[in-house]
Amino acid sequence: MSRAFVFGDAIDTDLLAPGNLMKLPPAELAQHCLKAIAPDFASTVRPGDVVFAGANFGLGSSREQAAVSLRLLGVSAVLATSFARIFYRNAINLGLPAFVFPQVGEMTDGDRILLDPVAGRLENITTGKTYALTPIPPHLMAMIDDGGLIPHLKRRLKGAAA
Amino acid sequence: MSGRTLVEKVIAKAAGLPSVRAGDLVTAKVDLAFAHDSSGPRRWRPLLEELGVGLWDPSKVAIVSDHYVPAVDAESAAILKGTRDFARDYGVSSFFDMVGICHLVLPEHGLIRPGAFIAGGDSHTPTAGAFGAYAAGYGATDMAAIAATGETWLAVPETIRVEWTGAFQPGVTAKDVMLFLCRELGMDNAFKAVEFAGPLVEAMPMAERMVLANMAAELGAETGVVAPDATTFAYLAARGAPVADEAAALALHSDPDATYAAVHRFDASDLSPQIAAPHSPANTRDATEFAQIRIDQAYIGACVGAKIEDLRMAAAVLKGRRVAPGVRLLVAPGSARTAELAAREGVMETLLAAGAVLMPSGCGACAGMGAGILAEGETCISSTNRNFQGRMGHAGANVYLGSPYAVAAAATAGRIVDPRPYLTGAA
Ligand code: SF4
Repeated sequence: MSRAFVFGDAIDTDLLAPGNLMKLPPAELAQHCLKAIAPDFASTVRPGDVVFAGANFGLGSSREQAAVSLRLLGVSAVLATSFARIFYRNAINLGLPAFVFPQVGEMTDGDRILLDPVAGRLENITTGKTYALTPIPPHLMAMIDDGGLIPHLKRRLKGAAA
Repeated sequence: MSGRTLVEKVIAKAAGLPSVRAGDLVTAKVDLAFAHDSSGPRRWRPLLEELGVGLWDPSKVAIVSDHYVPAVDAESAAILKGTRDFARDYGVSSFFDMVGICHLVLPEHGLIRPGAFIAGGDSHTPTAGAFGAYAAGYGATDMAAIAATGETWLAVPETIRVEWTGAFQPGVTAKDVMLFLCRELGMDNAFKAVEFAGPLVEAMPMAERMVLANMAAELGAETGVVAPDATTFAYLAARGAPVADEAAALALHSDPDATYAAVHRFDASDLSPQIAAPHSPANTRDATEFAQIRIDQAYIGACVGAKIEDLRMAAAVLKGRRVAPGVRLLVAPGSARTAELAAREGVMETLLAAGAVLMPSGCGACAGMGAGILAEGETCISSTNRNFQGRMGHAGANVYLGSPYAVAAAATAGRIVDPRPYLTGAA
């Protein structure tokens, strides 16, 4: 069962992947993800857990490590009221589902969550509410289905050569 | 048919379509793809190898080493060496090694062209929009795919038009405009373009237009643009890269009946120096409201705040003055050419005589990667563009943002001040 980790507005890329630690290998950098505002996040988040946040999630740098860190920690999806453009593209490119989700205010830290990204359905087991998610556009879903942009491109390049 | 915005016109050209409008999903061909040592080669090489391809067109790719320069340890040395090796192995002719920050070095070499579609592996790529280009930042995987194929998908963004009239008071700059706009428009304008226009913008030299476009990134915008004009053409001609078809560049201007997401109008005459408090560029108020904030460090640096024009501003304040006791002033000229010009003009002499410490040309402390970062509990005023928690060193450090005038004035006062009296001799 997934758990909800709920954050506020304007979670920036320095909170997700601090600039002064960018030389660290990805797995170590991930241990510092959100540390400045949630010191226990990296040590308590488990594979499948879901991150909820307010407006403008991922603002700031183009650094992909912000999305990589969340994925390495096992986060299965990010649902936020809105996303910064580069973060949104990075997440999708890396196969990390990112959903625009206006009802973030109805989620509480630790809620038990059932998420089906493909069907676009979210259930908050703790509150008993279910939500239909705004679907990810088809051209992006095709990319997620292939496992991200690079595997997607690999298939396309192979198709072109064949 | 209603008119088109500048951004719609540039994207239509890149997409090979007669016209596009906001919301259209298109595939665009890229005119210039660039990245730096942190976002580029070290991430691109494994992805290109996985794809089994080279660069789609090495002559349209530029690489700039600016983030980890000069190397301070084995890791950063390896990153810089890997960048050099990549440029050689993949035949990148436009490779700039340790001569300054990408957003300044590329225009200095005439590589930013009006009407171009530019993809950069850095969030401040919109800086190039000052030349009438569509320029957006991308993460490493997106950039590797662009480097391999020369194209990318996008939804054509709506444009927010921001018009400025009036003239600046002495001591007020384009940086103050952008800090003010971060507060007024907020930082959540994702998937939008911002077009800067009006008499104030038309009268600005390229250096100030670049500040506007650069900090479109702080507004959360996909790109920031200024329509190309005689100022743009003169800048590029002076760099040995004149615009061949000026009429075509002028035709890029937004049509009078173009559709905008919003139009905002401001008058610069009553804008006073602005300061953004920790930890967001949107935490902006008048400089006078921070008069009690003592500082430990003052930093003149970054793509937004260390051009020759910025160094001149700092020198104008510091001429005949000294940095306050207990305060350190670090100056990292944005490019090697900037440093050379500052030396030739006597600007460097003024800064060093005031007690400034000269740093290498590069991103330096701006992204917390180079020398000059902060300890827990320290306070810095900086001419950079972002003050997110932990960006410039310890998460317990406080960074205030201001114009080069404001940073220099704070350096000599030992606390944040309104820089204007320091220019008139009243302070
Ligand atoms: S100077 Fe700062 S903002 Fe500009 S490119 Fe370098 S790290 Fe980014």
